[in-house]
Amino acid sequence: MLNMSDIMETITMIQDENLDIRTITMGISLIDCCDSDIDQSCEKVYSKIHRYAKDLVKTGEDIEKQYGIPIVNKRISVTPISILAGVSGGDPVKYAKTLDRVAKDVGVNFIGGYSALVQKGFAPGDKELIESIPRALAETDFVCSSVNIGSTRAGINMDAVRLMGEIVIQAAEATKDHQCIGAAKLVVFCNAVEDNPFMAGAFHGTGEADCVLNVGVSGPGVVRAALSKMPADAPLDQVAEVIKKTAFKITRMGQLVGAEASSRLGVPFGIIDLSLAPTPAVGDSVAHILEEIGLEMCGGHGTTAALAMLNDAVKKGGVMATSNVGGLSGAFIPVTEDAGMIAAARAGVLTMEKLEAMTAVCSVGLDMIVIPGDTPAAVISGIIADEAAIGMINSKTTAVRVIPAIGLEDGEELDFGGLLGNGPVMKLNPMSPAKMIQRGGRIPAPLQSLKN
Amino acid sequence: MKAVVTVIGKDMVGILAKVSTTCAEANANVIEVTQSVLQEYFCMVMLIDITQMNCDIEGLRNRLEENVPSMTVHVMHEDIFNSMHRI
Repeated sequence: MLNMSDIMETITMIQDENLDIRTITMGISLIDCCDSDIDQSCEKVYSKIHRYAKDLVKTGEDIEKQYGIPIVNKRISVTPISILAGVSGGDPVKYAKTLDRVAKDVGVNFIGGYSALVQKGFAPGDKELIESIPRALAETDFVCSSVNIGSTRAGINMDAVRLMGEIVIQAAEATKDHQCIGAAKLVVFCNAVEDNPFMAGAFHGTGEADCVLNVGVSGPGVVRAALSKMPADAPLDQVAEVIKKTAFKITRMGQLVGAEASSRLGVPFGIIDLSLAPTPAVGDSVAHILEEIGLEMCGGHGTTAALAMLNDAVKKGGVMATSNVGGLSGAFIPVTEDAGMIAAARAGVLTMEKLEAMTAVCSVGLDMIVIPGDTPAAVISGIIADEAAIGMINSKTTAVRVIPAIGLEDGEELDFGGLLGNGPVMKLNPMSPAKMIQRGGRIPAPLQSLKN
Repeated sequence: MKAVVTVIGKDMVGILAKVSTTCAEANANVIEVTQSVLQEYFCMVMLIDITQMNCDIEGLRNRLEENVPSMTVHVMHEDIFNSMHRI
């Protein structure tokens, strides 16, 4: 029989330590939905997504019941819509509304892929789509958008960086009566991955199969609980070992659920994203893991080192537990979605500069950060360019998801509710990079790109 | 196919009887039972064969929760434990 303490460990993880499958995300290619008539194209998009994903939510719920493990989100990612918009022309927001409608009809809570990949330049449809993002996010509820503006292979498209600074502000402006939520559904990437199951940055890359199922696991609370049982003087290599073992167990569960879901839906299993994704719930915080390792508060000196070790140990533990690793795989640091980060930001310990350093070693980038509503577009472009540079040089994914808090005073907070959480307005460096941003053009691909 | 039933809570008379009766009514065969006091709680782990069961796992859990209302009941497919704790 199974070992009783193993059984109790699993049950404690789920019941007390917030272990869950964060998301099962169905990636659907829309390449065969392209049509030169936009209404035809939208119709095909609706029917294809509906056909593939109609049982996704029900299957997820059935698996939850069978295994007794919560699957928090069921989501869909699609081919970047800029490709469809390039073929059909017309107002891209029609696609956003179609995606929103089908998401509501099949019962998922987010649909990602209102995206454009412009790391080297704008193809037909790209600019139109990017310029329509603020309107698309304001007029829909579940659509998520992302734009890739740089990569290690291509360098950084600074024209796109300049444009995205403005788009982020417009997205917040257009939803200022709804906590500026538009900006929270928009991610600006460098080195975006094609199989990421996590929102808001999920899209289904053109190198992917027709339809796949990707899984994102989570479990910061489990890791923190495991570390809390260690003696305070345990050396860090032992701490890393415990994180690895815990990540392994979490990922095995994700593998089981992913394989089961894909066989029930008759869809190939894509990847597991081995991520520690926090939620605002008590005991589900990445910052608290770092504090358990030994920081007085997340954001103090030592944070980057602790995060680097955590991120690496999560990957090492998870990689053996699954047949296919992918996505972003690591520790997320979204400020408003993490109780410990919110507290550290309120206390002024966690600053923008420290977060930027942390993004060099975490799985993604500057995520869910509330910034002053009067921030100039050029400053946001500067933030994006800095992040993209870190990603480009280090051959890793980085991203910016900042939310300008339109109309809020310093010290006030935005509250999105749910998984997106809440957070205080964070201070930015007031010096302007406008001259550099106005130059536009391209930051050439770095030496790191010459691998062949 | 097997499932693991766990029942945790304050100790009282007749828990095992009620749980095994419920399993019998659902036509689930009890294969093994372990019970002890763990972390100051009564804690029972039961392995059952669900191949011939006349309801689904969720259904069994609902019935168990009705019959032992003060306890925390989990019924989970054994695969989840095998995959987490066995390589």
